[in-house]
Amino acid sequence: MSYRIVVDFDLCESNAICMQVAPEVFEVRDDDFLYILDETPGDDLRGKVDEAVQRCPKQAISLAEG
Amino acid sequence: MKSVTVVGASLAGMRAAESLRREGFDGTITVVGDETDAPYDRPPLSKQVLAGEWEPQRIALYDDAALADLRLTWRLGTRAAGFEADSRAVTLADGERLAADGVVIATGARTRTLRGSEDLAGVYTLRTLADSLAIRSEFEATPGRVVVVGAGFIGAEVAATARGRGLDVTMVEMAETPLERVLGALLGRVCAEVHVDHGVDLRLGVGVAAIGGGHRVEQVVLTDGTRLDADVVIVGVGVIPNTDWLEGSGLQIDNGVVCDETCLAAPGVVAAGDVARWPNRLFGQSMRVEHWDNAIEQGMAAARRLLAGDAVEPFTPVPWFWSDQYDRKIQLAGRSGPDDEVQIVTGSPAERRFAAIYGRAGRIVAVLGFNRPRHVMQYRRLIAAGASWDEALEFARSQA
Ligand SMILES: Cc1cc2nc3c(=O)[nH]c(=O)nc-3n(C[C@H](O)[C@H](O)[C@H](O)COP(=O)(O)OP(=O)(O)OC[C@H]3O[C@@H](n4cnc5c(N)ncnc54)[C@H](O)[C@@H]3O)c2cc1C
Ligand code: SF4
Repeated sequence: MSYRIVVDFDLCESNAICMQVAPEVFEVRDDDFLYILDETPGDDLRGKVDEAVQRCPKQAISLAEG
Repeated sequence: MKSVTVVGASLAGMRAAESLRREGFDGTITVVGDETDAPYDRPPLSKQVLAGEWEPQRIALYDDAALADLRLTWRLGTRAAGFEADSRAVTLADGERLAADGVVIATGARTRTLRGSEDLAGVYTLRTLADSLAIRSEFEATPGRVVVVGAGFIGAEVAATARGRGLDVTMVEMAETPLERVLGALLGRVCAEVHVDHGVDLRLGVGVAAIGGGHRVEQVVLTDGTRLDADVVIVGVGVIPNTDWLEGSGLQIDNGVVCDETCLAAPGVVAAGDVARWPNRLFGQSMRVEHWDNAIEQGMAAARRLLAGDAVEPFTPVPWFWSDQYDRKIQLAGRSGPDDEVQIVTGSPAERRFAAIYGRAGRIVAVLGFNRPRHVMQYRRLIAAGASWDEALEFARSQA
């Protein structure tokens, strides 16, 4: 099943934990904002993305279908 | 392996159970927990929940569907009272005996109390949802003279949240500088100043001699003779790992459950989270970490360790921790100490926005950030890579 990454930017505090877990997908840049490099990363990255969802301390990341 | 018992139904235990399923474990997982609430997240207890911004349902660790997916057998509201490492048998307080092929010990820690104040109404410690809601209703009910005992991270967050609600706050700390043993004198002082900036009456270098009152707390008496009027007192003087139930189990207990480098405490027995002590090879020291992210990462590592048999990497994380106080987001990665060399690498303590690195024995061992999350993660990576102090300083210069 394909999925799409959704970040609630009101909750995100740019601590870059997600980037550490899945650098292919998340990047906190010099401006201190989080950028999603790939909104639909596909199944091979699903394990890392799931871990990023779990380890985001602000519960800012969720997955939507499609 | 056909059956696993997880003891402690909170962050480390639940993430371990979830990882077992994710790694394909199909057997029975029984989760024993002495709290009656479904598993929830603790950091908001001193922040959004205490502030009245979030209701309890918001901090559930899982929604019903996600919990059902894990196919767990529950023993909630039940304390584990005893353990036998050889047979991996957990005895519950009601007498039931659960033997399993694998056991995850994740019983966390409980708060220290001040002797003699336990029965006085209006005196609290903060660890559970019930604690947070009780303190919150005090904050809502009383006009508000709050005394916080202990200026560690939990005390500091409670003070910040209470100030945010417009309450009068006095914070009492035995050390001359809060957090000095962790952050060193210079940066400990910055943490103290942030509270003074926000109108906290900070009393340093003084202890609590007595907490007085009839049925309810009325006064806190300090060791220098000062009497502080108090409507509510929150005691934040640290935690004790929950290992009582493991006495006589055959496991080694030394301020936590002692594990090997891979989180293994005995054959088929792993430990994770606030209760676990293990030698972290990256730092060359034995540690027990009371941080949210570690509970998750170690829960996952412990689950993998149970399933993997022998071939498994040592657990060598760079501990990472955050604390939200007022509009400051404080983050600490690594293991800092009072005698480390300290270098500010960006910003300045005066503007309350900076990152500082800590060096010991030629290595970078920690980074502290005030509203500098990206820098903390950059230096955390250097620490993970075992970078030298000179390399860290060189990196700082290249960024300037
Ligand atoms: C108010 C507060 C704010 C925090 N804020 C932050 C923060 O901002 N950043 C950060 O990094 N960390 C923070 N933490 C720390 C973080 O929440 C802990 O590190 C984390 O909860 C540890 O998880 P754990 O599962 O190891 O232990 P715990 O969360 O303590 O869970 C252990 C569970 O086991 C149960 N248990 C204990 N003994 C038994 C027994 N004998 N039988 C059955 N069950 C038992 C307990 O009741 C509990 O449910 C905060 C903690 C608190 C209390
Ligand atoms: S881990 Fe969460 S809070 Fe941190 S940068 Fe990623 S989305 Fe934002």
